[in-house]
Amino acid sequence: MNPVPGPSSTVSGWRDSDLWYSFKRSPVIVTAACVLVTLILGAVFAPLISPYTPFDPGSLNLMNGFTEPFARNAFTNEFFLLGTDDQGRDVFSTILFGLRVSLFVGISAVLFAMVLGVALGLIAGYVGGWLDGLIMRIADVQLTFPSIMIAMLLFGIGRGLLPPDLRDEMAIWVLIIAIGLSEWVQFARTVRGATMVERSKEYVEAAHLIGLSRWAIMLRHILPNISGPILVIATITLALAIIAEATLSFLGVGAPKTEPSLGTLINVGRQFILSGEWWILLFPSVTLLALALSVNLFGDWLRDMLNPKLR
Amino acid sequence: MLAFIIRRLGQALFVLLTVAFFSFAMFKFMGDPLENLLGQEATNLDRAELEERLGLNDPIVVQYVRYLARALEGDFGVSYRAGIPVAEVIMQRLPATLELAFISGMLAVVFGVLLGIYTAIRRDGFVANLIMTSSLIGVSLPTFLIGVGLIWAFSVNLGWLPSFGRGDTAPFFGVELAVMTWDGIQSLILPSITLGLYQMTLIMRLVRSEMLEVLRTDYIRFARARGLTDRALHFSHALRNTLVPVITITGVQLGLIIAFAIVTETVFQWPGVGLLFINAVNFVDIPVMAAYLLLVGIIFVTINLVVDLLYFVVDPRLRAERSGSEGP
Repeated sequence: MNPVPGPSSTVSGWRDSDLWYSFKRSPVIVTAACVLVTLILGAVFAPLISPYTPFDPGSLNLMNGFTEPFARNAFTNEFFLLGTDDQGRDVFSTILFGLRVSLFVGISAVLFAMVLGVALGLIAGYVGGWLDGLIMRIADVQLTFPSIMIAMLLFGIGRGLLPPDLRDEMAIWVLIIAIGLSEWVQFARTVRGATMVERSKEYVEAAHLIGLSRWAIMLRHILPNISGPILVIATITLALAIIAEATLSFLGVGAPKTEPSLGTLINVGRQFILSGEWWILLFPSVTLLALALSVNLFGDWLRDMLNPKLR
Repeated sequence: MLAFIIRRLGQALFVLLTVAFFSFAMFKFMGDPLENLLGQEATNLDRAELEERLGLNDPIVVQYVRYLARALEGDFGVSYRAGIPVAEVIMQRLPATLELAFISGMLAVVFGVLLGIYTAIRRDGFVANLIMTSSLIGVSLPTFLIGVGLIWAFSVNLGWLPSFGRGDTAPFFGVELAVMTWDGIQSLILPSITLGLYQMTLIMRLVRSEMLEVLRTDYIRFARARGLTDRALHFSHALRNTLVPVITITGVQLGLIIAFAIVTETVFQWPGVGLLFINAVNFVDIPVMAAYLLLVGIIFVTINLVVDLLYFVVDPRLRAERSGSEGP
């Protein structure tokens, strides 16, 4: 019995599936999903929603600096929902754009890790032999280190390889590659295990007998059958990647100041913690927490639904 | 048993050599050492001569072995940024990190095990449920937010504890430690809570679930039927049998504390190797990054090895099985 709904399940099947039923039954998950959807929409439509353009120096007015949230500025009488930072940037707008960077980096890094991990896992599990040994040894060595440290190290190496004038410009891409490379092992290990199980099944033998190539069997027959666990790991890894990105950016080795993510914003806000401008720190932190928590909850739920064995 | 130890040692050595190779490759392929040494007016002839003299034309394997030999002697080159030998910088900073990691580890283990036992015994109690729920949030909180939150509460609002630095230190057997002065202890409190909280939560949840599992077993029921007191039951029967997985995970988690110290040290400007590493990443100080990688690699591999061997010491069943299948 395969608990994972195959690609053949239709829309009407989706309506009375277990997945939808359990989704409706759990208020926590519905809340998490609502928060997540709101945050994603906010990030996608940031240029339309945000009332100000925080990263256009021309539109900034230093007189607006340190405006308190929910209040009008005493000098310019302009209104900022969540206040402004030292340079008079609207905190609400910077959060929307920061969310955009955080989500973009997180999702891209997970996609990169997924493609790499799934490809290596399929090869290791299906082809086996010395390739399997090599890939799994590399994975073992990498697992000795926490992934956040590997991401930092790779970010440093990536910066070192770039010419100094490109370092800030390319920082986002270096960040994506660094986090992606630090998270592929989980994908590879799971896919390898699942592939080895599938390989011994009859349909693979049949496909082999009718003369399909290895690649066709791997990509068109085995891959769809192991997509459930891959999806679960992708969701859980997304939460990890978002936190990793925020941590790196917070430490100053991630998104540059010109293209800040939530982590960068929290780092900026921390500088005002002693002088009492709490809103510059609080609102980005709450946004990051909401994002991480909702992705985590959603991932846990998906894991329990799709593959009870992974628990 | 012996075969297992030898195989395990071989594995550890392999991991170490791979890490050392990465460290060597960073050194070798990133940044041009000749550029730094020669200056702008050097001719190609000078260049070729220096290359020959430094042994940069030798086969990679030879250079790698030479790198290993030098690393074993504690020679990791000179920090680009500080201009002094990397080994010196690291030795200066290492006590601060080890002290912080040790205190956090102790906090995590002591409170993690105690709270784990408590929440397992008082399974449906109000306090136990409260602890469990708040631990869920604790797991999702990024470390740096915990640190910033603690600073906000205890340094900014209450003004009880310092928000950065290590405070005064005093020598202890020749090593400068913060725990030796009152000022240093105050500076230690917030960073060690920040660093230990996540590990404490993990240990607590693990101890709890293991305890619950064991408390359901027949021998516990039998012990209860024999009329043993709760105290004897919980501590000498149940707790002892939960130790195996707890030791494994705890050991590995303690290794991770060294890595997560990077974040904590940056938040609190704690002058340890983590802060050194993050600054090295920022300024692309390759020798420091390479040496740190090797140092942390050695620490992790050693911890993993010790934990695996401890497993054998703690669980007699494993020893029996192994010697049954492999022994003479």
